Amino acid sequence: MAGKLPATAPYIHKDVMVNEMVPVVEMTDISVEFPGVKALDAVSFRLFPGEVHALLGENGAGKSTLIKALTGVHGTASGTIKVFGEQKRFSTPAQAQAAGISTVYQEISLCPNLTVEENILLGREPRRRGSIDWRGVRSRARDRLTQLHLEHVDPGSMLSTQSVAIQQLVAIARSVEIEARVLILDEPTSSLDADEVNQLFRVIRDLRDRGKAILFVSHFLEQVYQISDRMTVLRNGKLVGEFITRDLPRMSLITKMIGKELAVLTELDHIPARKHAEAGADEKPFITTQGLGRRGSVSHVDLSIYPGEVVGLAGLLGSGRTETARLLFGADRADEGAIRLEGAALKLRSPRTAIDHGIGFCSEDRKEEGLIADLSVRDNLLLAMQASKGWARRIPRREQDRLTDQFIKALDIRPTDPDALVRNLSGGNQQKVLLARWLVISPKLVILDEPTRGIDIGAKTQIQKLVNKLAEDGMAILFVSSELEEVMRLSDRIVVIRDRAMIAEITNEDVSLDDIMGVIAGAVS
Amino acid sequence: MNAVLATFMKRRMAWPLIALLLLLAADQIARPGFLSVRMQDGHLYGNVIDIIRNAAPIALIGLGMTLVIASRGIDLSVGAVVAIAGAISCNYIVNAPVQGSLSAALIGVVLAIVLGLVLGAWNGFLVSTVGIQPIIATLVLMVAGRGIAQLITSGQIITVHNDYYKAIGDGYVLTLPIPVLITAAAFILAGVLTRKTALGTLIEAIGINPIASRLAGLKARNIIWIVYVVSGLCATIAGLMITANVTAADANNGGLFIELDAILAVVLGGTSLRGGKYSLLGTVVGAFVLSTLTTTVYNFGIPANENLVFEAPVVIAVCLLQSPKTMELWQRWRRSSQLQAKGITV
Repeated sequence: MAGKLPATAPYIHKDVMVNEMVPVVEMTDISVEFPGVKALDAVSFRLFPGEVHALLGENGAGKSTLIKALTGVHGTASGTIKVFGEQKRFSTPAQAQAAGISTVYQEISLCPNLTVEENILLGREPRRRGSIDWRGVRSRARDRLTQLHLEHVDPGSMLSTQSVAIQQLVAIARSVEIEARVLILDEPTSSLDADEVNQLFRVIRDLRDRGKAILFVSHFLEQVYQISDRMTVLRNGKLVGEFITRDLPRMSLITKMIGKELAVLTELDHIPARKHAEAGADEKPFITTQGLGRRGSVSHVDLSIYPGEVVGLAGLLGSGRTETARLLFGADRADEGAIRLEGAALKLRSPRTAIDHGIGFCSEDRKEEGLIADLSVRDNLLLAMQASKGWARRIPRREQDRLTDQFIKALDIRPTDPDALVRNLSGGNQQKVLLARWLVISPKLVILDEPTRGIDIGAKTQIQKLVNKLAEDGMAILFVSSELEEVMRLSDRIVVIRDRAMIAEITNEDVSLDDIMGVIAGAVS
Repeated sequence: MNAVLATFMKRRMAWPLIALLLLLAADQIARPGFLSVRMQDGHLYGNVIDIIRNAAPIALIGLGMTLVIASRGIDLSVGAVVAIAGAISCNYIVNAPVQGSLSAALIGVVLAIVLGLVLGAWNGFLVSTVGIQPIIATLVLMVAGRGIAQLITSGQIITVHNDYYKAIGDGYVLTLPIPVLITAAAFILAGVLTRKTALGTLIEAIGINPIASRLAGLKARNIIWIVYVVSGLCATIAGLMITANVTAADANNGGLFIELDAILAVVLGGTSLRGGKYSLLGTVVGAFVLSTLTTTVYNFGIPANENLVFEAPVVIAVCLLQSPKTMELWQRWRRSSQLQAKGITV
């Protein structure tokens, strides 16, 4: 039976055999079905008090489904869920929360228009003679924040004015307030920078030491190894196994996640570094900016990108990378500096202007700023081209079919059905559709903002290869990514942004990761 | 057969259609012969024809409303536009050199249509260029529009005597009521216009995700202008139908609350108020449901002023039944009953 746990899990934490402890959460042979899909197939899962447990798998492996089955978002077709040894059946998230299971989702589910303290204590405010005791609220909120080393956060400030990291920690503070004993963190680090991740991890370790059970879902293997005690790996809705983190080498973890042989994997992982484009003396850059900036956003961006060249944009999260990309695409209007396109001055008033001049932009936020979720792959793929033609000149059906087929094949988009709704595609495939939207109009410059974030290794490799190929074919590419390794592997030159200003341009020859890290961190000027 | 039923039930239009059929069946049972249609004076005559004719202005306004709602907007001003259209056309005809002439009727209609387009463009301007929220932007004209109509009619109810104009409301061509033919033509035209061009897809794109649409290079402004102008035009023509039917322009009561009927028809037809995907055919069905409901209430002998109370439960039931949640439950129930039929228990 696929879902059977190993008979013995000789795991020792704080000198206590796990087998002797009662799991906080025990899910046995859980199956969840959606129309036409078996999202989870007889998966078992155990979570013990005082551990950080990582849930791993590629996109579509069933991680989110497992969490949602546990928290009552999805009903289960079969299997049992025990919480503190007691059989439970949650049909709403509220019931799960009442039973002590608290979830902090990727997208923060708090109220941005309330204050930090209101968010922490919402519905549990201390009262005095029927009305809310605001002084009590303040002091209790402050207590909770202090417990999480957040003394510097003003409890009276509006949540929306805080960074994503703080918002996430506030969500955790709330779960502490409601005395949750199980804390589920779904991709908590995906939009945090290194410092913020460390702060979060300190809090997680604290909570673990206080006996909370923490379920940690993340794409970042590095972080999983840093923080987790045990892990459960899923693949295609089935349980691969439960492992002790320090006993499982990274490569074998990846093999288990992908289900492919190690040899194939290493080959995938080492895309040959591109033969770096040699800009000839007579060659002109496609785009040049001088002192480009926007008040409150970024300043002093001086960069040029030549045809057939990949320029990497590196910097910490929030350093101004996305802002720079948006200025180059006209998504935000620059209020200082100048842009020259193939030598001619150009005012970028709107994305429309940029597109008309051959610039395409894949936003880091695929869902909100990229795709039209309820439209088909075909409509999404052809949207930029159709927008250029205007509403009155519809792309003829035959031409639509030809282009859609061509790009579905070229980018290996799955499912291959052009009429599938984009919302039903996996992250990697959505990213490919978004990329294809621009490739259809054969742009001269494509700006890719975090094109590989949150997608599985297979799709990631495909996109990296594609970037290589596009550059070889003469396209100019601005590649923005938090993963420095990726930037280094793909770029001819690397532009570094720090504190919302461009600070360096490095030719990607004989530089090491540490050199660039140094520049980003500000150690070297 | 079962497969056909299954695909039919997956459509959001299924429940409004079922509600429509149930209402008609109830009418037929309560009063045998209710559904019969006969020829009289060279045109079709019967309750069903009345229902369709009464549905015509609601459906026509609903047509414009569907496109506006699909683009994430709403047009509250249609009722006021109805009143203005009636006022300007009747005012012209009454003061024309020969009140009963064809030219008087034609010029009156053209004047109303031009003004309707201008009013639609005004809404479009407020929403797309000035950037006011649609509900507020169109509220301006909803309130001010009645005032404009009052100004045109000098506060009087204008009664016209012009057979050509009257025909727009109660005439017949090829045995069918003219309002029905106009509305049908408008729907066919709109269907072709939105699906043979990219307009429909682009409206949906803006409705589903305006930010992503902008970053894909879509000029939402033009599209939004178009939908409000179309809505203004539809409301104007519906206004002419309504006014012509009673041959009198009433600035206060012409088209009163019709914006609510139109929105309801759109929602009953399965177009979400949150914008995005829309169904023109659904709106037609929605308008039929509303119109049938009114007739049914009369048919059952319930006083007209209590009408609205009886409409409410039906509207709520249909809206609940076609909600995504109910659809999901329905699918689940079907699956499990299929499994049981095969002898598998879950």
